[in-house]
Amino acid sequence: MTAARKTEPADAKVIPIESAPSWHAGSPAGGGFADRLAEAVGGALAGQLGATATKVLGKGWEDRAASGLAFLRRRITGDYEVDEFGFDRELTEEVLLSLLRPVAEKYFRVEVLGVENIPAEGGALIVANHSGTIPLDALMTQVAIHDHHPHRRHLRMLAADLVFVLPVAGELARKAGHTLACNEDAQALLERGEVVGVWPEGFKGIGKPFSERYKLQRFGRGGFVSSALRAGVPIVPCSIVGAEETYPMIGNFRSLARLLGLPYVPITPTFPWLGPLGAIPLPTKWTIQFGEPIPTDGYPREAADDPMLVFNLADQVRETIQHTLYKLLVQRRSVFF
Amino acid sequence: MGRTVLVTGVARHLGARFAAAIARSHGVDKVVGVDVQPPAEALPPGIDFARVDLRRPAVARVIAEHGVDTVVHLNVSAMGPGGRSAVKETNVIGTMQLLGACQKAPGVRRLVVKSTTGVYGSAPRDPAVFHERMQPKELPAGGFARDAAEVEGYVRGFARRRPDVAVTVLRFANIVGPVGDTPLCAWFTLPVLPTVLGRDPRLQFVHEDDAVEVLRLAALDPRPGTTNTGTFNVAGDGVLLLSQCARRLGRPTVPLLRPALGAVAGLVRQTRLADISPELIQLLTHGRVVDTTQLRETFGHTPRFTTAEAFADFVAAQRAGLLPPERLAAVTDRLAALLGQDDRRTQEPMPR
Repeated sequence: MTAARKTEPADAKVIPIESAPSWHAGSPAGGGFADRLAEAVGGALAGQLGATATKVLGKGWEDRAASGLAFLRRRITGDYEVDEFGFDRELTEEVLLSLLRPVAEKYFRVEVLGVENIPAEGGALIVANHSGTIPLDALMTQVAIHDHHPHRRHLRMLAADLVFVLPVAGELARKAGHTLACNEDAQALLERGEVVGVWPEGFKGIGKPFSERYKLQRFGRGGFVSSALRAGVPIVPCSIVGAEETYPMIGNFRSLARLLGLPYVPITPTFPWLGPLGAIPLPTKWTIQFGEPIPTDGYPREAADDPMLVFNLADQVRETIQHTLYKLLVQRRSVFF
Repeated sequence: MGRTVLVTGVARHLGARFAAAIARSHGVDKVVGVDVQPPAEALPPGIDFARVDLRRPAVARVIAEHGVDTVVHLNVSAMGPGGRSAVKETNVIGTMQLLGACQKAPGVRRLVVKSTTGVYGSAPRDPAVFHERMQPKELPAGGFARDAAEVEGYVRGFARRRPDVAVTVLRFANIVGPVGDTPLCAWFTLPVLPTVLGRDPRLQFVHEDDAVEVLRLAALDPRPGTTNTGTFNVAGDGVLLLSQCARRLGRPTVPLLRPALGAVAGLVRQTRLADISPELIQLLTHGRVVDTTQLRETFGHTPRFTTAEAFADFVAAQRAGLLPPERLAAVTDRLAALLGQDDRRTQEPMPR
């Protein structure tokens, strides 16, 4: 299955590049090229290659190749849709999640608990703890929700503005359905009935030293609670165990971070000592648990502007996540297994 | 008694089309078009043309002479005769002169001003979708967007001084159509599109038919149940990524580092093929999307063309690019057909 998936884009890529020169010669040459190509491929498939392909890729590889070609056709002609936030559903499902899935399943062996706490439809706000220097925990949560939820829901994450300042990262984040962590975007997504993910600890959580692992940091100003109250959607607390140990941060190059305009530059037991090798996360065993949803539709609309209530709810969510973390840590056999 | 409508910037494509549309509208007696240059396309009969430089106070005389009661100010644009400084002067000083003239004219009842969604800027730290009431984190540094922001400021001042005048500000997304005369359209006509490496901005378009219709509705009395005064974003539904636009247009993109794109922009400017201004580069980096709920629910108009349809109409009027999507699709279709044939070929021997 994975072999077939990988080969499709590979032969796919060759076609436009090889055929490009003949287009300049006008359409007859283009048609001629397509014919020659068809003949060559057809001949090869009828002969030895077809049998080999069936043997190697398994039965039904033609169907997969055909759907791969259909995918390619839509991509190269721009015939696909993105939403207002730049979410490219097809690219996310076919490419981005496929790339992340092995990391989640094989490398971190993510165990997902309580996914039924995410509603089947309508908006919900997932609030989770943040850790591990690089927001891998957020990406793994996205894979976990999509793969384990019966309705294959997509998590729309609220990311730090740093992500959107960076080239490539910003582009990929938008295509994967993420947007800037601000009240306007959060509310717009929740009101559209999307599952929105937020990591309210932000850089304080992800960039905390290893000695403070699994200690939840301050939850910002609780803006996420106001957004949920305004949209009247439930808040689902989410506890992630395992991400803390992927990059144990034992130090921080403060001056370099300031120079580069980054919130921190981590020093781990392997980074930067081993160079790029040190950037490989440790293969820890992960657990992601979604807790009981906290309903917010019982409050009046103006509750969002009541700081007392907002702080109380934020505290309640924080306590729930912290307690679940402790419970999961006690149950954990080892960091790596 | 019907209305008398003054249209500025009537020599341009949009101005001419709007003038023709409003002249046909019910309850409009007379349309007076003004511009600094004679119209490129002959104006339809029934439209008086007065050659007026908006930067001079002469427009006051036109308003008084014809007894104008509705002013539609379309002469706020990114491109025009003369260099950037002349365009800026026409946009800003021209608006000030026009507003000054309107303030002195007791007969003026309605003012419609064309603005741009560019006033929201394009920045990575802004929300993904702009509403009318949002303030951008950083004001446009210069260029047309800055002009438009300043024009809107003067219009707000005018609305305070003349509360009896109904004022509508329409913030248009990139207007496209068979004839595209915006900097972005000019950029799309380049044979190879220079883009910013690692960025795929979200773009929105509005079809010129919709632009004309929205302007027309704004210039007339509001229909029952709707309000056509205030500030409205005008854009087609949906979003296109720059990469999608390039592929639908069939033009290859060349991703460049941002400083290199600045250098290319300088070269392109010298060849006069297109004007890649710093704000266009900003748009090509971060993109911009606006919310059109107000337009649909308060103003009461749903654009007939979505962003994708509007862009398709633009594409249809362009010469084919180097990578026409039809040919790319033909190659994949051919391969897919082959697989189908092969399916039969391999399935036949199976029962044996």
